Amino acid sequence: MQDPLAFVIGIAHIAAAIALLNGVTTTFGQAKIAAQAIESIGRQPEAADSIRSLMFVGMAMGETSGIYGLLIAIIMLFANPLVTIMLNYLG
Amino acid sequence: MGLEVDNLWVLNVSGYEVWITETIFNTWIIMAVLIVLAVAVRIKLRNFETVPKGFQNLAESAIEMFENFTVGTLGKEVSYIAPWFFMVFVFILSSCLFSCFGLRAPTADWATTFALALASFVIMIFMGFKHRKGKYLKSFFEPNVIFFPLNLIGEIAKPVSLSFRLFGNMLSGTIILALYYALTPLFLQIGIPALLHAFFDVVFGALQTYIFVIISFNYVKSAVE
Repeated sequence: MQDPLAFVIGIAHIAAAIALLNGVTTTFGQAKIAAQAIESIGRQPEAADSIRSLMFVGMAMGETSGIYGLLIAIIMLFANPLVTIMLNYLG
Repeated sequence: MGLEVDNLWVLNVSGYEVWITETIFNTWIIMAVLIVLAVAVRIKLRNFETVPKGFQNLAESAIEMFENFTVGTLGKEVSYIAPWFFMVFVFILSSCLFSCFGLRAPTADWATTFALALASFVIMIFMGFKHRKGKYLKSFFEPNVIFFPLNLIGEIAKPVSLSFRLFGNMLSGTIILALYYALTPLFLQIGIPALLHAFFDVVFGALQTYIFVIISFNYVKSAVE
């Protein structure tokens, strides 16, 4: 290991990529919500308005974990606290 | 248009540094536009007629649509908080549309979204105490006293998740557009970004505005009932 700072930055980029992987599960969850909502509307078209608003709320709730992953990735890339610690440590 | 919030001026107020950032300046522009619009509607309100037409039609239908939406979600007793949420709705929508002009949207800064979410949170607590009084305080200790820390964490997570949702969506659009503008040659920057702006600013902005307001309504409703 020649340069400790380069090692920290490289690991931070890998961590950002891993944090963004939760988009897979978030997308699966949202797809399930949309599929169920479409099925319900097909079964009961007169309730379409309330089902649609409930679908949006449920999708937003499910999206939260994906957004947290995105924020962690952004913090890892642009505002990483470990890089400052490493710079202080190296002097 | 970059990834970080630029600092425009630093004011010196009696020894303290006050940073006027891009977000604050853009918020001032939006506030000025909205205030001018509100004053124009107020002046026009004097000669409104019983049978609406033209401008009056637009204003009345906007108010009526939002009022129906509020009554439908919150019920008639609590719908008197609709004016505040109409303001929030208009402000978030216009600040999301603001980035179509190539400037940074104020909602792509966590300070703005957290301020709005904190306001919703304060309204939720106030409405809970106003409508249920002691029973609202008791709902923190249900179903048992030992669940109090969990309930408290659940309440504190509400404004945080509400603000991060809007902030993350708007910031992702800003980042993707900044990457596009930075990576492509000049002849690809004419015309094509309009589609990206339409998707990330107009569609996502309108959807997230709706979601912010309807989730605030759900929080207020769960506090009131």
